[in-house]
Amino acid sequence: MSATAAGLLQIALLLVLLAVAFRPLGDYMARVFTSTRHLAVERAFYRIVRVDPEADQRWSTYLLSVLGFSAVSVLLLYAMLRVQDLLPMSLGFDGMPPDLAFNTATSFVANTNWQSYAGESTLGYTAQMAGLAVQNFLSAAVGLAVAIALIRGLTRHRTDRLGNFWVDLTRGTVRILLPIAFVFALVLVAGGVVQNFTAPYEVTTLGGAAQSVLGGPVASQEVIKLLGTNGGGFFNANSAHPFENPNALTNLLEIFLLLVIPVALARTYGVMVKDKRQGYAVLAAMAVLWGAALVAVTAAEVHHAGTVPQAVGAATEGKEVRFDVWASALFANSTTGTSTGAVNSMHASYTGAGGGVVMLNMMLGEVSPGGVGSGLYGMVVLAILAVFLAGLMVGRTPEYLGKKIGRYEISLVALYILAMPFALLIGAAVAASFDTTRASLLNDGPQGLSEILYAFASGANNNGSAFAGLSANTEYYNTALGLAMLIGRFTTMVLVLALAGALARQRPTPVTAGTLPTHRPLFVGLHSVTVIIVAGLTFFPALALGPIAVALA
Amino acid sequence: MNLSGLIRQSWAGLRVLLLFTVILGVAYPLAVTGVSQLAFGDQADGSLVSHDGEVVGSSLIGQPFDGEQWFHPRPSVAGDGYDTLASGGSNLGPESTQLLATVEERRAAVAEENGVDPADVPPDAVTASGSGLDPHISPAYADIQVNRVARARGLDPAEVQRLVDEHTQGRTLGFLGGERVNVLELNLALEDLGSS
Repeated sequence: MSATAAGLLQIALLLVLLAVAFRPLGDYMARVFTSTRHLAVERAFYRIVRVDPEADQRWSTYLLSVLGFSAVSVLLLYAMLRVQDLLPMSLGFDGMPPDLAFNTATSFVANTNWQSYAGESTLGYTAQMAGLAVQNFLSAAVGLAVAIALIRGLTRHRTDRLGNFWVDLTRGTVRILLPIAFVFALVLVAGGVVQNFTAPYEVTTLGGAAQSVLGGPVASQEVIKLLGTNGGGFFNANSAHPFENPNALTNLLEIFLLLVIPVALARTYGVMVKDKRQGYAVLAAMAVLWGAALVAVTAAEVHHAGTVPQAVGAATEGKEVRFDVWASALFANSTTGTSTGAVNSMHASYTGAGGGVVMLNMMLGEVSPGGVGSGLYGMVVLAILAVFLAGLMVGRTPEYLGKKIGRYEISLVALYILAMPFALLIGAAVAASFDTTRASLLNDGPQGLSEILYAFASGANNNGSAFAGLSANTEYYNTALGLAMLIGRFTTMVLVLALAGALARQRPTPVTAGTLPTHRPLFVGLHSVTVIIVAGLTFFPALALGPIAVALA
Repeated sequence: MNLSGLIRQSWAGLRVLLLFTVILGVAYPLAVTGVSQLAFGDQADGSLVSHDGEVVGSSLIGQPFDGEQWFHPRPSVAGDGYDTLASGGSNLGPESTQLLATVEERRAAVAEENGVDPADVPPDAVTASGSGLDPHISPAYADIQVNRVARARGLDPAEVQRLVDEHTQGRTLGFLGGERVNVLELNLALEDLGSS
């Protein structure tokens, strides 16, 4: 079979798997968040932590819960990383220095999982599983909760209540993430991902060299790294590492896992707003962006333009033999279209065009299909913008799902859209301006600028993948990227919840002949184009100096 | 929005976080480990392979092989090469002059060592993998090493080629991933051939 046929079949199989999971998982998630009954184990949980599961929160209280929970998460994780040498199974590694611990703690709480450290030479098993992996679950559940709160804002009328954050957080974790993670962790182990508590030990290789055999609770962390669109690898090489991703089957499973919740959430959305066509419209916009980018990345890598790939005869630098170019491009496109940021190949060594497209995926704001929860609320915010633009064209007050989009609502949307580019461009501009910060670059010229842009695009969008040539473990990058991650994650959540509160207060507007239908192909087109135009206008100058210049070199 | 509200929510958040840390950070990984060790012990421990009763590594992790008598793996930039404590790729870009020079050097070396035309050296032989621990090479890279290995071991090249063919794995299920040869397993088979 030719590489092209095999590559296309692989994509087809992925789409089939996602299609099979779409309805059952989407419907299930809708039931989880609309059910009025608590499981026995959940009731016990609420009793122990003393929260009232029946309290219906205002948007501001819901927000305080999100922020309070995330703040203590950062603090506890920071403390754990600072003193990890005192924890069991620390493997003899020291505690992290303050800037690195700050960067890592914000990174995992903000669902980014940018890593300025290499796991195998920095972290013991307790810090990984009781610190990082816990946030892999919880940061995803927080994103999910905020998305659900926004949906409630659209579906509820004349109320100031959006639900209960603690209940949403607990149900998302206990009923959705944990069971799926448990099952697929075992599948990954069956495929070869390690899962043990053995400290690394040295063996003499067949050729007579010394090599350490690594261990660790890898599979249990690997699965939630993908399912929760986190992306922080147990090892430095992430999903390129054979102990995280041993073969082509686990590779396809990992791509499936990182896409499945963001994709199925479109169904959950349709079910919860009681108009499944709205969910399909959102899904279609996600699919258009994901598909177009996939074609571009794959074509760029297969054609391997550029000095080195041409000299080599293929774009194999930074790619594994077991994943060939197609499976690498599929992973790269999916990990940057979601907010995952795991990598099975090194994006820094991609062709100029291929690396540029995966960077653009992040700059679109992580909506194709985006992170767990964050993809959906990002997409809904952009749909509101699209409705507003259409309203401007015909001179009508725009509405979305029976809610008027007035001055207050669109102001929140505008701030949402500006928050991420602000964190991205300011951080990158400062980094590009000083000799000391430029000293971290591995490549020079446009590729060097791409390293900086990629880092801040990754941080501000909570992706976490890297053009890893950048030596980011410095005080400036650790601090600036940490702040970019916090701004990118939490200012947007503030705005989304404020928006949800404003929408819930409204009375429903009846649908009339003048209402713009938001489930037709015309709107899907408008929606997708809005995403591209917003990102294009914001980032074209920066992209032109970085990846576009590399691609044209 | 008020400070006392935030403190109250944070305090509730801390209680929730601590209980979740016990469930997700301790009970869950222990449960996964327990079931994995029972059901898939070999994989969970790292798919170890032994030679003459000694563990020589993992079939999933590439190893350095120097010397004429071995099939050689891909170039690796993990530490000094296949250092599992420093996994990673070169991260050099497509226009990097440094990478271009390295690639040309490797091509010349591989061509000379195996006595083949530089144009016949396949891409994976001159590029480093993303992990630096790639256990595989392409069948093309294995093929050009056959004559050299056979000569060094005093074996019939046809016999070595047969081993390579036996160890060539097609795409998984016929269409997933790449065609490949596991270098450690191939070299182990060579050793067994020599000793029988």
